[in-house]
Amino acid sequence: MPGKLKVKIVAGRHLPVMDRASDLTDAFVEVKFGNTTFKTDVYPKSLNPQWNSEWFKFEVDDEDLQDEPLQITVLDHDTYSANDAIGKVYIDIDPLLYSEAATVISGWFPIYDTIHGIRGEINVVVKVDLFNDLNRFRQSSCGVKFFCTTSIPKCYRAVIIHGFVEELVVNEDPEYQWIDRIRTPRASNEARQRLISLMSGELQRKIGLKVLEMRGNAVVGYLQCFDLEGESGLVVRAIGTACTLDKLSSPAAFLPACNSPSKEMKEIPFNEDPNPNTHSSGPSTPLKNQTYSFSPSKSYSRQSSSSDTDLSLTPKTGMGSGSAGKEGGPFKALLRQQTQSALEQREFPFFTLTAFPPGFLVHVGGVVSARSVKLLDRIHNPDEPETRDAWWAEIRQEIKSHAKALGCHAVVGYSESTSICEEVCILSASGTAAVLNPRFLQDGTVEGCLEQRLEENLPAGCGFCHIPYDELNMPFPAHLTYCYNCRKQKVPDVLFTTIDLPTDATVIGKGCLIQARLCRLKKKAQAEANATAISNLLPFMEYEVHTQLMNKLKLKGMNALFGLRIQITVGENMLMGLASATGVYLAALPTPGGIQIAGKTPNDGSYEQHISHMQKKINDTIAKNKELYEINPPISEEIIGSPIPEPRQRSRLLRSQSESSDEVTELDLSHGKKDAFVLEIDDTDAMEDVHSLLTDVPPPSGFYSCNTEIMPGINNWTSEIQMFTSVRVIRLSSLNLTNHALNKNFNDLCENLLKSLYFKLRSMIPCCLCHVNFTVSLPEDELIQVTVTAVAITFDKNQALQTTKAHVEKSLQRASTDNEELLQFPLELCSDSLPSHPFPPAKATSVDYSSFADRCSSWIELIKLKAQTIRRGSIKTTVTVEKTSPMGEGNFRNRSAAPCANSTVGVVKMTPLSFIPGAKITKYLGIINMFFIRETTSLREEGGVSGFLHAFIAEVFAMVRAHVAALGGNAVVSYIMKQCVFMENPNKNQAQCLINVSGDAVVFARESELEVVSTQQPAANCQPACTGGEVTT
Amino acid sequence: MTSELDIFVGNTTLIDEDVYRLWLDGYSVGDAVALRVRSGILEQTGATAAVLQSDTMDHYRTFHMLERLLHAPPKLLHQLIYQIPPSRQALLIERYYAFDEAFVREVLGKKLSKGTKKDLDDISTKTGITLKSCRRQFDNFKRVFKVVEEMRGSLVDNVQQHFLLSDRLARDYAAIVFFANNRFETGKKKLQYLSFGDFAFCAELMIQNWTLGAVGEAPTDPDSQVDDMDMDLDKEFLQDLKELKVLVADKDLLDLHKSLVCTALRGKLGVFSEMEANFKNLSRGLVNVATKLTHNKDVRDLFVDLVEKFVEPCRSDHWPLSDVRLFLNQYSASVHSLDGFRHQALWDRYMGTLRGCLLRLYHD
Repeated sequence: MPGKLKVKIVAGRHLPVMDRASDLTDAFVEVKFGNTTFKTDVYPKSLNPQWNSEWFKFEVDDEDLQDEPLQITVLDHDTYSANDAIGKVYIDIDPLLYSEAATVISGWFPIYDTIHGIRGEINVVVKVDLFNDLNRFRQSSCGVKFFCTTSIPKCYRAVIIHGFVEELVVNEDPEYQWIDRIRTPRASNEARQRLISLMSGELQRKIGLKVLEMRGNAVVGYLQCFDLEGESGLVVRAIGTACTLDKLSSPAAFLPACNSPSKEMKEIPFNEDPNPNTHSSGPSTPLKNQTYSFSPSKSYSRQSSSSDTDLSLTPKTGMGSGSAGKEGGPFKALLRQQTQSALEQREFPFFTLTAFPPGFLVHVGGVVSARSVKLLDRIHNPDEPETRDAWWAEIRQEIKSHAKALGCHAVVGYSESTSICEEVCILSASGTAAVLNPRFLQDGTVEGCLEQRLEENLPAGCGFCHIPYDELNMPFPAHLTYCYNCRKQKVPDVLFTTIDLPTDATVIGKGCLIQARLCRLKKKAQAEANATAISNLLPFMEYEVHTQLMNKLKLKGMNALFGLRIQITVGENMLMGLASATGVYLAALPTPGGIQIAGKTPNDGSYEQHISHMQKKINDTIAKNKELYEINPPISEEIIGSPIPEPRQRSRLLRSQSESSDEVTELDLSHGKKDAFVLEIDDTDAMEDVHSLLTDVPPPSGFYSCNTEIMPGINNWTSEIQMFTSVRVIRLSSLNLTNHALNKNFNDLCENLLKSLYFKLRSMIPCCLCHVNFTVSLPEDELIQVTVTAVAITFDKNQALQTTKAHVEKSLQRASTDNEELLQFPLELCSDSLPSHPFPPAKATSVDYSSFADRCSSWIELIKLKAQTIRRGSIKTTVTVEKTSPMGEGNFRNRSAAPCANSTVGVVKMTPLSFIPGAKITKYLGIINMFFIRETTSLREEGGVSGFLHAFIAEVFAMVRAHVAALGGNAVVSYIMKQCVFMENPNKNQAQCLINVSGDAVVFARESELEVVSTQQPAANCQPACTGGEVTT
Repeated sequence: MTSELDIFVGNTTLIDEDVYRLWLDGYSVGDAVALRVRSGILEQTGATAAVLQSDTMDHYRTFHMLERLLHAPPKLLHQLIYQIPPSRQALLIERYYAFDEAFVREVLGKKLSKGTKKDLDDISTKTGITLKSCRRQFDNFKRVFKVVEEMRGSLVDNVQQHFLLSDRLARDYAAIVFFANNRFETGKKKLQYLSFGDFAFCAELMIQNWTLGAVGEAPTDPDSQVDDMDMDLDKEFLQDLKELKVLVADKDLLDLHKSLVCTALRGKLGVFSEMEANFKNLSRGLVNVATKLTHNKDVRDLFVDLVEKFVEPCRSDHWPLSDVRLFLNQYSASVHSLDGFRHQALWDRYMGTLRGCLLRLYHD
């Protein structure tokens, strides 16, 4: 598909004065795409030129369209000397390349110069005409949609989730080329910006090709990163999850979306069913189970995950709860076997998603992570970045094997990162081992709806907690109990994950941000020695970070961590570890025990007194926290046969680290036989550890914080949001660099930063800081830089809902991917699954039976329906569409209208979350991925380092907003600042900063506005937001 | 451990009104922190002094960056760098251009030049307003003056359009600009009892009636902008005022005028005898002010003269304000009955404004 790119330069405003004599500017514009350049006329003597140019037309390959940015340069004409550049605008035209996104880019763009910052604005209109030319061997992947959002985007439905895609491109860093010695800093910066823009375009195109190969049409959870390896080059790498997405509830929008790839795709899984064998083996297992009063085995002919159903049905048929767990073993094995084969064809069964369609996530094993220390060498042949690829492949293999060890066949919430210092690089990968429902992985049309019903039979809110691994053959010494929710399955006593809290999870009380912070000094060393030193330190860091997390979790009286992100940063002379997660109390998991303190010298009276004092303090803190986070689980009677376990700390964290030598070591983070809740105070270090536990101050009242998408336990968000970035750099005094001083400094830095945020945002109380994302870097010997991006969202205190209601509501929202009648199921199920609900098996059976029979019959009906559709081929998709189209927006009626509906024209909201409270995303316009460099040689004049960086970040926000507005959007969701590299040289009065941000440009509408629209035009039109009749007020 | 860098950037720029006020008042970060501590904010929020310091620094930096835009408020509205809700933008602008009564009284009517700027030190010491704040206020006056100086059309409208100020503040600026342009003396000791409001009131009346813009049209007609200059007094009008001399120079006319006023006011005025005794002096004073207005020097001394020639004599005789009003009304109206006097319109244009001014100026 070659295309024609058309650009029109309309006007400029607020240009800088370039001619001191006249205080005016003679501006003209160069428009460049690929190797073609056009120029406008000079508009003399004006700071607000009106060029009103003709349409500049570029005829280009779609490959170039994807790779190249449109480059607009504003210059000042000078008759006698060279023309002076005022600044540039780079426009990524990718959003214009797929049909559903933006059709035109038009608006005011800040004119950016890497030395002077923003210098006025320029009004540009860009359009693309694509010619249809189906070339089988094409190198482009136009039409594949990209989303940064790590869940299925709100106005789409996942037909199939194909899985992991990754790609990496390398190049020489222009900053380190010989030519850099003779060119100006501006030229060098621009070369870098342009190169990275090109590389990310290329990367995106290549990933797109892989997606098309997998017969997908979109990448969700797209994460692109830069590794500035210095001398050895520049690596741009990306990971994501390939999916086939359907646009929701808009028949009009569906048809054009039905381009050949997506239609084809739905057929294929049917024709080439990847695992017929597992299906035939399916019925055999449940048949052993004589107590079944019905036989769902018929369905097994197609249902690969039906064993799941059996698990959940077992108790209802009157089987003893004790045996259920034992039965679970083989079932699980079966399930594993089945889904494994579904995932087998994939090299890496990884998913970058952190939130999933209902029923997708079956069980969660725990966090898996792998790290590797590498020595960087020059990349000799940029076209074959084999070493970097091999490094990552190695790490991913490890992750895969860890997941396997946990009895899981997949890894969700997967992410990768690097930390580079000089020539040493730590590669890290982490995710959550999980068992997935294979239906989304193959085909998810009618079958999807069918299984959805069955899925609802699973005890809602605890299924994912049940252990996926074999009880008798546990990968690590864990202590299991029966699930406190359903009492049927085994659960671990704590659960660590990297994903968001599943929306159907039953949580007691509210959650909170939990951080573990750690520094370790390291000797300065060169090359191999340095890498070895780091490798040796890593296991200790991981161990300590983990211990800290565990202790802090206990101190909060909680039993699970979500969104866990452990960042290890390497510096010249130290290593920093920062782990952030959101702690919650899962109703399904046992109540955490307290923390015991034991002294080593029991005879010393005063010492003992001190110990008991500490113990009291800790107990008080736990009690206080329970009150603060409203954790009051029902006092559960003990279940026969499942003794409340001895509190014991163990690890869900399988990790490994390896050096260049490929040596893999596994670390058991559990404390073995030792009762790990006991903190032994045997030296001053241990004492300080305990003290530091207690120094974490809870946020002031009215404030909550978490690093997940939403705060567990809060759901009445109002529409006011404030996204922010805060950066702090501290200089350590080199005199007293001990591990402890360092730890204290780092701890204080983070705590003070949080305190500052709470203070700054106090006008928003009651509010919650969501998606709090800390990044640590060590730019120099004695400097620690912490960057935080988060969003503060206000919520309505008075409107606080009952947990039950909220829960139902949430499920309803979740259920939006299913057809309407199904909406009712979560309702009843949720009320059943309330923690306080007693669970006498007999009663449960009688209550549920009728509805179950109901479901059973409709289930068979659906199978019939499906059988028909298979015969009739493509009709199948139509059925799905009909089923899904009226659905979804049922959630309106449950949410209260946002109080203030008037969004002022021109305001662009930014948020790291995938949604906007009180609003509905109606359209995704494309991915925003921007890279900026800013440099100054007059640092003092620009207000020092703080002034410089403050202005730069404000400018970056402005440029993101301008691009979104030009695409016709009014918000960026899933916004992330992936990199903020800041370097200064105060002696030379210089500083430089590189920032990389990304997100999804969207159009949103306030829910209250939508209601108005829908009452005016009740007929379902192509407006996805207002399907008739659904919206009731 | 020292903080090298410490910033907070919101997608919506955070504006703390209290800190903005401290910044506008010209306090250093240290002083502002101390003042905030004293306000009890630490106790209210449980924050530490370090947090307050960091917060204050941050706001100051933001304000400093916004200041460039505040110099041309329309720019603040159209810029893309700081996303600020319109209501906050309005607040930022309004507060930035607000000024202290004490300061404006010092500067009012002075030439807005470098020379005056040098005196800001003294003004700062005298008024207790920080030098920084004095500078900002002075620069605001000067900036507004420069922008509207050469403009046609209504002074208030011009100010409002180019600085996006509220109506009230725009009127004040119009007065300041008008006074600066005509260099009216306001600093004399005998004028100290007058407030800025008094002068602004007079300025508005004078702009409406005595400037070029007021000629030949109703003062409220906004359409006609031909030669509409609100800044300068109508030279022709000032020249014509000489014609009024006859009212006091012609003894018959003066006596007739006096008898008309006395007849009308007899029994109505508490201070009738004083009025009767002083009539000629007062009338001479008011008319002489008018006739002298052709000289720049006398224009500048307008307020001094009014106070000396009219306000003070009346005040020493303890005229109540109601009596002053009755007198002035009758005094201006009676001229219409003077057959030999031909400049009725001129008299009305002069006396109408002057009466308003005098009534405003007549207080303790």
